[in-house]
Amino acid sequence: MDFVQANLPYLLAGISVGGQYALIAIGYTMVYGILRLINFAHGDVFMVAGLLMVYLVTAVPLAAAIPLMILFTVLIGFTIERVAYKPLRSAPRMSIMISAIGVSYLIQNLAYYVTGGLAKTYPSIPWVSDTVTILGATTRRVTLITPVLTIILVIALVALIKYTKIGMAMRAVSRDFETSQLMGIKVDSVISITFIIGTGLAAVGSLLFFSSYTAVTPVAGAMPGLKAFVAAVFGGIGSIPGAVLGAFIIGICENIIKGLGWTTFSDAFTFALLIVILVVKPSGLFGEKNTDKV
Amino acid sequence: MEQNMLRKKRSLKYTYIDCAIIIGLFVLLAVLENIMMPTHIFFTVVKKGAIYALLAVSMNLLNGFTGLFSLGQAGFMLIGAYTYAIFTIPLEMRESVYMYYDGGIINFTLPVVVAVILAGIMAAAFAFLIGWPVLRLKSDYLAIATLGFAEIIRAIFQWDKLGVITNGANLLRRYPKFTSALVPCAVAALCIAIILLLINSSYGRAFKAIRDDEIAAEAMGINLFRHKQMSFMTSSFFAGIGGALLAMFQTTVQANAFKSAMTYEILLIVVIGGIGSVSGSVLASFLYIAASEWWLRFLDSPMVLDNGFQVPLLRVGFRKVVFSVVIMIIVLFYSRGLMGDKELRTENVVNGFRKSKKKLREWISDRRKKNREVAE
Amino acid sequence: MSDTILRMDNVTMQFGGVVAVNDLSLQVNRGEIVALIGPNGAGKTTAFNCITGVYEPTNGMISFNGQPMLRNHPAGKMKKFYAGAHADKFTKAYVPQDEEALAAIAAAREAGDELTAANLQAAYDDAAEQRKEQALLLDPHAFSDKVIAPTPDKITKLGIARTFQNIRLFKSQTVFDNVLIAKHMRAKQNIFTATFRLSYKEEKRMREETEALLEEQNLIHLRNELATSLPYGLQRRLEIARALATDPQLLLLDEPAAGMNPQETLELTEFIGQIRKKYNLSIFMIEHHMDLVMEISDRIYVLDFGRLIASGTPDVVQNDQRVIDAYLGVSDDVED
Repeated sequence: MDFVQANLPYLLAGISVGGQYALIAIGYTMVYGILRLINFAHGDVFMVAGLLMVYLVTAVPLAAAIPLMILFTVLIGFTIERVAYKPLRSAPRMSIMISAIGVSYLIQNLAYYVTGGLAKTYPSIPWVSDTVTILGATTRRVTLITPVLTIILVIALVALIKYTKIGMAMRAVSRDFETSQLMGIKVDSVISITFIIGTGLAAVGSLLFFSSYTAVTPVAGAMPGLKAFVAAVFGGIGSIPGAVLGAFIIGICENIIKGLGWTTFSDAFTFALLIVILVVKPSGLFGEKNTDKV
Repeated sequence: MEQNMLRKKRSLKYTYIDCAIIIGLFVLLAVLENIMMPTHIFFTVVKKGAIYALLAVSMNLLNGFTGLFSLGQAGFMLIGAYTYAIFTIPLEMRESVYMYYDGGIINFTLPVVVAVILAGIMAAAFAFLIGWPVLRLKSDYLAIATLGFAEIIRAIFQWDKLGVITNGANLLRRYPKFTSALVPCAVAALCIAIILLLINSSYGRAFKAIRDDEIAAEAMGINLFRHKQMSFMTSSFFAGIGGALLAMFQTTVQANAFKSAMTYEILLIVVIGGIGSVSGSVLASFLYIAASEWWLRFLDSPMVLDNGFQVPLLRVGFRKVVFSVVIMIIVLFYSRGLMGDKELRTENVVNGFRKSKKKLREWISDRRKKNREVAE
Repeated sequence: MSDTILRMDNVTMQFGGVVAVNDLSLQVNRGEIVALIGPNGAGKTTAFNCITGVYEPTNGMISFNGQPMLRNHPAGKMKKFYAGAHADKFTKAYVPQDEEALAAIAAAREAGDELTAANLQAAYDDAAEQRKEQALLLDPHAFSDKVIAPTPDKITKLGIARTFQNIRLFKSQTVFDNVLIAKHMRAKQNIFTATFRLSYKEEKRMREETEALLEEQNLIHLRNELATSLPYGLQRRLEIARALATDPQLLLLDEPAAGMNPQETLELTEFIGQIRKKYNLSIFMIEHHMDLVMEISDRIYVLDFGRLIASGTPDVVQNDQRVIDAYLGVSDDVED
């Protein structure tokens, strides 16, 4: 019992962080699946969602702030795609990646400008931020909500991709960009919708993430973003269940490492895992293997 | 054939002119150092600009000339900076620098020059180890893996078990620094010259072949992995030296500062200068540093005009916003950067001038002809 | 020493469940021009990619100059999914059986003539041993499953050069540099001597050789042009020149006449004949222009759906019913 009591908080935190990473990772994996682009700005959009919430609660009631935050975040995601990625669709892959890095740099600097570089306290959301005790371990309720909400959202998303027309279009575009264009699929709108879904989930993720961490800084999105990307690669980029599983594994491992007192290496572990998976099985757990045509 | 010989000779002449111009710039800098206040911001810009020029060129060697999209620059700079600092802190200072680790376990110092070279060698050695797994990966996977390695390196250097060597998460300081701007400029110029020689050698051609078409390069008998490894190690070697210079410039070193943001900054300099142009990277570094440290500083502090008008938007952080907007504009609309893949050489300038002169003349005669036709 | 320069034995290439090349065995003799033809998607380019090491064949052996250069057998997961020919070989240990000899031994034993049976058995064992030794001489790893999988650059170094179906020149570089790069492989300099110009003599020699080659190929006047600014036909010529610069013994041409008009094709035919003579080459090529193929080839191999369906001199192949069927399709309803 002592052991459980001592380690349960870490495990719980791990599952919760895993869920938050999963929500971000889906954005990465979907965008990569369709555009073959590592959207470096995704983590920063996640941070912006946190900042939006901070500023929105000062203006409107909480109940209105949450949907507004999600709406604005989605708008930002949509705009980024239209302005920074769409013009480069036929450019070499390196330029579009550089554009993503540029957007990330721009968002971080804008956030720094707006906040003055100060950490902003995230509003505490009643009920969600309350503390609860389970099995003798004290934690916030958000820790328990996160995995449940994540799973629900993921199931909804998978259903969307599997059974709806737009989902089918997404699958077609990720399989073969040019052919689906020739088949009359409006590739641009499919990509926009992908970004909308991705950023929407990241917005929900930010709500959960910052509720448990309380402070938003301009670089707060960078690390979770990178880790979520690693999760997406780990699970097999392009695969949504893979990304979710990868995110949970990373979240749990990371917190266990923290529990063991190796906090310095909790970030490094994630990247070590990334390199191991890239070397051993580059297609990830559930990814598909591609061969280049000569 | 003869025409070609003539061309070669002329090209050689222009190379001498290029060298003369660079030497002239060094002389100018030496003169300025004697007549201007040594604390003038100009010298800060020159020092930092030179260091960034070296870092950008070394990154360009990998990203621009070999086509390997690596984001590990900050990690290699960190290794270089730490190697230099660790081995040059004078013995009598160690007690105070390594105050939490009883003065550390390294009880000897190396001469500055040796330490700088060792900084490069250590970075290259790490690159060798990292190269084994990551260089087999394709473009964006390589980017993310190298980024990951840079983060791992950062974590390792902050690990308190290694504190007796790295001082853990604490600052390293009190190692020898430079005062004259000539030092970083000379080191950077020497390193960049070596990189240029490499790029124009048989190996440089092989690197460019790999960039253009990996499969064709392999079919030409170029061992992909070995050449990628060489480019990666060379780039890291110079990144390590750049890191050592940066350590001298900053006067203190802390692992926490070498984040991926630093890599991005250098990458953006490379993009501004033109991917695949050495002179572009150099030019962009000086411009970037001058703009961010000097010319655009005013954007960061509120400004009230004489008539009492408070200029809007100006406050802390605005400079970087303007900066990132400019960078995005370059990335989106001028993706070739300042120089594209051309080099800024007297020969090219003169040729370009001649060409435009010829074009102008043609244009004028064309116009005259048309006018005459109209008149008739 | 036989003068077979390239030999493929039972080469199979399987991608997932698709068998692109199935049990292909062929040989190219020194000095020959051999063509590999077949309808689109027959696996011709895949066969080339196996020879040049771009793909690792799933099964089979490729020898160059009598030495095994490349070998693989289904292993791991492939053992289960292998769909090419001779699948039984890789599921159990393979023992070559000489049925006639074994039958003779069995017959002698049946007749009660133990002495003859023993003698025959000894003779059979001797023969088997000899066969094994011979095979070992040809290939020291003949009876092991040792994989030989050199990277493409090693194969080029051995003396096999190639061109590509969709021209792959170094886009950002001049005609001269495109050819000069091919000289890098055989250069003795290392990165230090190259950077610090200590091997300038070698560099000079490489440049002179490149110049000489461009002169021979009538490309010297274009030396400072960007490779991609050349017209299509010249790009093909340049690609061949670049391949020649690696000093090959065997040249693989992947559709050298693709996209050329009859006049250009005629010139190319002549050109291929010339370079064979001049550089002492053996040539193995994939081509669709039948005029060119029939005119120039010593022998032809025909592939269809990954399998070899015919081979021989142009006349033989031209009149082979299976080849005609493969190209024109077989009518299903013969009665009509």
